[in-house]
Amino acid sequence: MSRTLLHVKERTIHAALFASALVSVVTTLGIVWVLFQESIAFFSHVSPVEFFFGTRWAPMFEPRSYGVLPLIGGTVLVAGGALFFAVPIGLASSIYLSEYASPWVRSILKPVLEVLAGIPTVVYGYFALTFVTPYVLRPLFPQTEIFNAASAALVVGVMIIPTISSLCDDAFRAVPRSLREAAYALSATRLEVSTRVVVPAAMSGVVAAVLLALARAIGETMAVALAAGMTPKLTLNPLTSVQTLTGYIVQVSLGDTPAGTIEYQTIFAVGLTLFLITLAINLIAQRVLHHFREAYE
Amino acid sequence: MTWCEIPISHKDLFIPRIERRRRLGHWFALGCMLFSLIGLAILGILIVRVLWEGATWVTTNFLTNFPSVLSPETAGIKSALWGSIWLIGITALVSVPIGVAAAVYLEEYAPHNRLTGFIHLNINNLAGVPSIVYGILGLAVFVRWCRLDRSVLAGALTLSLLVLPVIIIASREALLAVPKSFRLAAYALGATKWQTVRSHVLPAALPGIMTGIILAVSRAIGEAAPLIMIGALTYVAFVPQGPLDAFTALPVQIYDWSDRPQPEFQHLAAAGIIVLLGILLPMNAIAVVVRAWQQRKKAW
Repeated sequence: MSRTLLHVKERTIHAALFASALVSVVTTLGIVWVLFQESIAFFSHVSPVEFFFGTRWAPMFEPRSYGVLPLIGGTVLVAGGALFFAVPIGLASSIYLSEYASPWVRSILKPVLEVLAGIPTVVYGYFALTFVTPYVLRPLFPQTEIFNAASAALVVGVMIIPTISSLCDDAFRAVPRSLREAAYALSATRLEVSTRVVVPAAMSGVVAAVLLALARAIGETMAVALAAGMTPKLTLNPLTSVQTLTGYIVQVSLGDTPAGTIEYQTIFAVGLTLFLITLAINLIAQRVLHHFREAYE
Repeated sequence: MTWCEIPISHKDLFIPRIERRRRLGHWFALGCMLFSLIGLAILGILIVRVLWEGATWVTTNFLTNFPSVLSPETAGIKSALWGSIWLIGITALVSVPIGVAAAVYLEEYAPHNRLTGFIHLNINNLAGVPSIVYGILGLAVFVRWCRLDRSVLAGALTLSLLVLPVIIIASREALLAVPKSFRLAAYALGATKWQTVRSHVLPAALPGIMTGIILAVSRAIGEAAPLIMIGALTYVAFVPQGPLDAFTALPVQIYDWSDRPQPEFQHLAAAGIIVLLGILLPMNAIAVVVRAWQQRKKAW
């Protein structure tokens, strides 16, 4: 092959690879463009003040009302419940994995946690609806409704345990051995080394892990759509039916809503809210990771 | 003043209490171990429960019949199974070349400038965007704007965008792990950049890239939310013949059945889950094994 031809080939390949990398940028632009375009149409009908501060969500029936707070309340109830359940378990299992477990136990437990992360969310939804509510929650709290925030929160919690434990495990293992050995030399016990040396040293990783898990819980859709119900309301009672941002989007897309109507536009306004919340959490998580990382050596 | 004259109250004395601290440590270790077994236990309960509810419903008729609302006893997943196969085939064809190419660009070609930094940040953020937001994108762009309607192609393109960050991030890590000496050796023999990448770097990174691809595909198989967004939840009693046909998929069918209160449909949902997990769990296991094998035999 002549030199020029080779050169042309190299240039073409370089351009093709660059174009592939740009697909991700185009995707982001596409998401932002789509969400904003339809949301602007929505906000020409409904004032942003009513949308963001209204406490009643009823876009489908008269008298219509477009306050998104009940959907955010439902999302916070489910995601908060999931964290309440998943943070202690995820943290404890990552401490166990990185500080206590033998390589053999580790080689079993880590893949099992990954399998837990690989189970489709619709399966967790089925599990919440047909097992958690009737066989776990109802015997304990007979007043539990068929659709309830607690069952959704529990299965979403199970779903995000692997996120927390594997990111924390990575962070703990990045703490240099010398720190642990210095503490052991001062006759600290393993508990003290774990909780007073390793965890504080890896704090940025722990915080980032919890934030990423929170973003996942907020964006989680199928389990919540199946188990949490379709009743948008502001409540702190996890045993009743609520609706989340994602649950509402699913509910509308199940019906046949024609494009251009205000019901259709609510999908995009709610989607935009969801996108901005998760984006903010993800950005904060990445900042925490990069700017508060304890640099050793 | 000698040291012994310093007044020390009994309260300030350091008491090691080593026995107590050790005992506390044992309890803590036990607690951590039990907590990390919770995940294992829940996985076990979930699988036993699904098998208990659905095992007897997984028959050859279940695999070869179409779904039916009127007679759940003879309903099956033929259209959902084929829909999923179509979806995954197209998704893999679209996302794997683009994803690997993007990773190669970012690791091997990209200059260290602001644009590259932005692309990195952008991919990390895309990985955290909820799947349903991709569904909204697919609905607006592929279904309405490109007029693909509720077709297999629209679904597959949506899923491709969804799994792209997974493939890129895994492939980048695999490329990053290939030592610099591989590249320098190829350059020293007069290879061009692309020859170096194609014949030396990519083969060395292949196991890691494969792991990423398997995990990405298994994520695409289990996704229901974006497909429901683009309208996959309709009654489909045929197998797609081409990329522009309407479709349903396994997780969407499972959602539909789970949402119906009658017990027959709960059994059908469980049977569908058995088939879905029967495909996914071996795939995940392969990915884990490939990675473990690769970490062990690293020759460099």
